[in-house]
Amino acid sequence: MTTDASGDWQPTAALEVLKLRARLLERIRAFFSERSVLEVETPILSAAAVTDPMLASLATRYTGPRFPRGQAFYLHTSPEFPMKRLLAAGSGSIYQICKVFRDGEAGRLHNPEFTMLEWYRVGFDHHRLMDEVAELVMQLLAPYLSIETPERLSYREAFRRHAGLDPHTATSTDFATVAKAHKIGVPPGLLTQNDLSVWRDLLLTHVVEPMLGQGRLTFIYDYPAAQASLARIQLGDPPLAARFELYLNGVELANGFHELADADEQRTRFERQLHTSAAGGQPVVPMDERLLAALAQGLPDCAGVALGFDRLVMLAAGSRTIEDVVAFPIDRA
Amino acid sequence: MATYNTNEFKAGLKVMLDGDPASIVENEFVKPGKGQAFSRVRIRNLKNGRTIERTFKSGETIEAADVADVEMQYLYSDEQFWHFMNPESYEQMAADKNAVGDNAKWLKEQDVCIITLWNGVPLAVEPPNTVILKVVETDPGLKGDTSGGGGKPATLETGAVVRVPLFVQKGEAIKVNTRTGEYISRA
Repeated sequence: MTTDASGDWQPTAALEVLKLRARLLERIRAFFSERSVLEVETPILSAAAVTDPMLASLATRYTGPRFPRGQAFYLHTSPEFPMKRLLAAGSGSIYQICKVFRDGEAGRLHNPEFTMLEWYRVGFDHHRLMDEVAELVMQLLAPYLSIETPERLSYREAFRRHAGLDPHTATSTDFATVAKAHKIGVPPGLLTQNDLSVWRDLLLTHVVEPMLGQGRLTFIYDYPAAQASLARIQLGDPPLAARFELYLNGVELANGFHELADADEQRTRFERQLHTSAAGGQPVVPMDERLLAALAQGLPDCAGVALGFDRLVMLAAGSRTIEDVVAFPIDRA
Repeated sequence: MATYNTNEFKAGLKVMLDGDPASIVENEFVKPGKGQAFSRVRIRNLKNGRTIERTFKSGETIEAADVADVEMQYLYSDEQFWHFMNPESYEQMAADKNAVGDNAKWLKEQDVCIITLWNGVPLAVEPPNTVILKVVETDPGLKGDTSGGGGKPATLETGAVVRVPLFVQKGEAIKVNTRTGEYISRA
């Protein structure tokens, strides 16, 4: 990539890679068409926003007919909420390929706007959906790299195998010991804050993830309930979230849930997240009442997954950074 | 006190780390899709030259270090200090042994070096990439050898010892790469 400002009108991705993107998009559409999964489009702008404190929404403003005094709209971080409204309205299984937006995220594997493939399968649980994700990804990547048979590891097994501890029962001291053994320079605040979720994410990103999916698809499932996001929680000791993530060659590629359908439980989670955001000095955004109304009406039993399309292209093209697979990253936008 | 937020991290940023000035070598943004974002940095301690890894939670801040690189001309050494002069302002400055370190053997009067200042005091001295120095001591070597194969040690006017081709003789000036300590050519 050139650093010469006069050259920054040019795309950062090679034309060959842009052709590869187009081919992969075609094949994704063919995959879902064969399975009679309906392609849908939902708004990028939303009056409500995601409440997850780990996701920051970009916002814009519309002023004009319908909203003469102006109205804040949030750019979606994923099309999940309106897609669930379609499911509640009886759409059956659906998929969408769209741009999504996240404030504060730029790096080797992140661009503030990126392309997401998201789909929902009515009547599937997360394990059955993992089968389909594997089938799609293997099919898409087979011409470009050799991939062994997929493996499934519980979140606990992944930590036991690669970090040598049980993430559900470990204390801050246990996490700190493992971090030290791996020579991780721990964030200054973490040693005093005793925040187990952050400890888990620290070891996940620094120790576990780099080992995952070496030459094969690795699905991680059964997440701590605190990281359930929008997944159902399976009761037990400990309670576990019906959530999965897919990794290939150390890259996090997809995140899926057996979808939470309980409107009351969903409202409680939204409120808890907004409380966390407020306590942490983050903006408090309006929660999506239309999603809650749809859930109250009844979401069919379904599983859904979001897959980072740009990262899929990176894996197919053997690229090291996301800039190599998008025409114009944020600093050339 | 100036501080930098993790969003401002980039290679070359000078910050205070554990009480020492340090320079960020590499910064990587890592974040699980639904989890905590981190800045994972490789950072070089400018006092001891050691590079370590350190991770910050996104949004954390770190104190800025008042570190600047300036070009200065080397004047002379009095054994205890190495004296430099700003060629524009004629301001003079003395660097101690810690700042000069092993680079002392490449310092030749008049050469322009890069001095890293921390709070206005020399922290490190970087000689030019290549210097021309006179050979003060070397074996005569074999007559007629012009291939440069083999080689022999030569002591230079600054005290540095480098391997030179056999044809290089005492009294000649040679060009040396200060980063690798290798002979480049006759000057």
